[in-house]
Amino acid sequence: MKRKILGSAIATAILSMQPMLAQAATTVSDGVVKLGVLTDMSGTYSDLAGPGAVEATKMAIDDFIAKEKPDFKIEMVSADHQNKADISANKAREWIDTAKVDAIVDLVTTSTALAVMKVANEKNRISLISGAASTPITNEQCNDTTVHWTYDTYSLPVGTAKAVVKQGGKSWYFLTADYAFGHSLEKNTADVVTKSGGKVVGSVRHPFPGSDFSSFLLSAQASGAQVIGLANAGNDTINSIKQAKEFGITPKQSLAGLLMFISDVHSLGLDATAGMYLTTGFYWDYNDETRAWSKRFFGTMKRMPTMVQAGDYSAVYHYLKAIKSAGTDEAKAVMAKMRETPVNDFFAKNGKVRIDGRMVHDMYLAQVKKPSESKYPWDYYHIRAVIPGDEAYISLADSKCPLVKK
Amino acid sequence: MDIFGIPIQALMGQLLIGLINGSFYAILSLGLAIIFGLLNIINFAHGALYMMGAFAAWIALTWLGINYWVALVVVPLVVGGFGMLIERTMLKHLYRLDHLYGLLLTFGLALIIEGLFRYRFGISGESYPVPELLSGGFNLGFMFLPKYRAWVIAVSLVVCFGSWYIIERTKLGSYLRAGTENPQLLQAFGINVPLMITLTYGFGVALAAFAGVLAAPVFQVNPVMGSNLIIVVFAVVVIGGMGSIMGSIITGLGLGLIEGLTRVFYPEASAVVIFVIMGIVLLLRPAGLFGRER
Repeated sequence: MKRKILGSAIATAILSMQPMLAQAATTVSDGVVKLGVLTDMSGTYSDLAGPGAVEATKMAIDDFIAKEKPDFKIEMVSADHQNKADISANKAREWIDTAKVDAIVDLVTTSTALAVMKVANEKNRISLISGAASTPITNEQCNDTTVHWTYDTYSLPVGTAKAVVKQGGKSWYFLTADYAFGHSLEKNTADVVTKSGGKVVGSVRHPFPGSDFSSFLLSAQASGAQVIGLANAGNDTINSIKQAKEFGITPKQSLAGLLMFISDVHSLGLDATAGMYLTTGFYWDYNDETRAWSKRFFGTMKRMPTMVQAGDYSAVYHYLKAIKSAGTDEAKAVMAKMRETPVNDFFAKNGKVRIDGRMVHDMYLAQVKKPSESKYPWDYYHIRAVIPGDEAYISLADSKCPLVKK
Repeated sequence: MDIFGIPIQALMGQLLIGLINGSFYAILSLGLAIIFGLLNIINFAHGALYMMGAFAAWIALTWLGINYWVALVVVPLVVGGFGMLIERTMLKHLYRLDHLYGLLLTFGLALIIEGLFRYRFGISGESYPVPELLSGGFNLGFMFLPKYRAWVIAVSLVVCFGSWYIIERTKLGSYLRAGTENPQLLQAFGINVPLMITLTYGFGVALAAFAGVLAAPVFQVNPVMGSNLIIVVFAVVVIGGMGSIMGSIITGLGLGLIEGLTRVFYPEASAVVIFVIMGIVLLLRPAGLFGRER
């Protein structure tokens, strides 16, 4: 690959104008840092990632240019991966080879994330994963050019399942989406449930995507479990919750949404979701900083950001900062800087990128408000607890990532 | 008492749910069968029109304050009118051509309609509440049957068999059937065949919209609710015999039941069971269970 070095004259000029600037001009390949947002633009996950992920990336680039005044150009491209691994891998290859993309962003759906992070690693490019959830990304299939930013299937039940068991929900039955993500989430949750003193009485796997869940809900009802754990996502979760209410399953048995986004709660309404616990990596109304950023996002998107979208911003900003301080966009050097520097922004406080690629940051246990408690649009959650990052994520000692030296 | 290790009560519950889903299949496949039987158009826009019906009900309720019962009548009329507009402006030019052209046109329309709704409403969709009169349910001993689901079964049976009666047993129906056999001759008897065809398409579309309104309180109203269902419904029509009215009704209900049973015994296969049956039926009876070889 051709590397183009910026003229030293320009660098000297900048240096002489800004004596505070400690380092030489950044050397970026092809003269520009290019980010490719690869996400689901029109399918099941397009509300929780999709166009909002593109917008968040755009905001991160604009803010970085305005605030950090980098001496390199930044560009962005985006594409719809349709939640298909083959399309994602091909697009990633094309982007890296011909469009000179340096990092691929978002990657909702596990299968697409796993496919792309492999391609990017072969070609020494970085994957900034925010959308996908499964733990193999930073365990069995981890590599040294991938960062997993926002959440994973291990961190989700740590908040929700523990809280529900503590409230007396001891026996669990799972309604699981029949693909890698669902299985991974069910397994991680079952572990937490048993560890916290509860027990799992059974599970049923439903085809993905589904629309009628009443048969599966009846099986769950017949099991007599106190809690029905929904190990699915997006519209499947929405329809499960809606139909559980219709069949009188709630409130006799309670539902635990193991992966719920604020977009799901918004679309179902508080009537159907009030009282549910969920774990999230970000809530727009948490403090002044989160509110300020989210309101800007709302200005263009007309909806509040999900944790995935906020995570995209945070990951992209951190990545660009690492390029600036590394003075190059070469993947390994940038990764080293990303690991060195703590993440401190509206999204994470003292977040750290570990050797396995996991960005460890605090998660939040939220409970959905009753309609009477919601005072303004998108006022949906009580934050019941902050789960410290070290508890929320698999410890390095338990990691199955070969990069971790034990 | 157990049957294959499943308590009979659980089985009854699952069968009833299968029947409810079968009712949706029946109404949708009936509309498709009418349109195919009488117009020879493979209406791929059916799922999108069903989705439009559900959204129209939601829009009527949320923006205009029109309740469920009024929507149940008005929405099929409005969406049916939209269907007639499609037929007049686009489909009518394709009758002389191969089936494939109609299929491609309606498929394109479906993508456009879905895309527009997705653009406006996003993928997660909107929630439509169960009408007050039908909220709550009956305790049947073996299961809790929501009143609304009972209503779905009743009303779809009435609509399905009513449509069958009109087409197969009344004078109007005989005109319709004659129009498909020999339009020139029927025209010679002084009957306005093009108008009749437009109305028939409108009726098929209205059935889809009606199913959409019925589905709104049960499923999340979202832009892809139609495309999730349409493939199954096409399988139902193929199994029943393309164009067979009674075939589509009975197959719709029957496959709902079979799908329900699969969900008890082997839930992972419940998404494919209908297609397995379709494969078998096509091998043994290429014209479908109730179809006639042409």
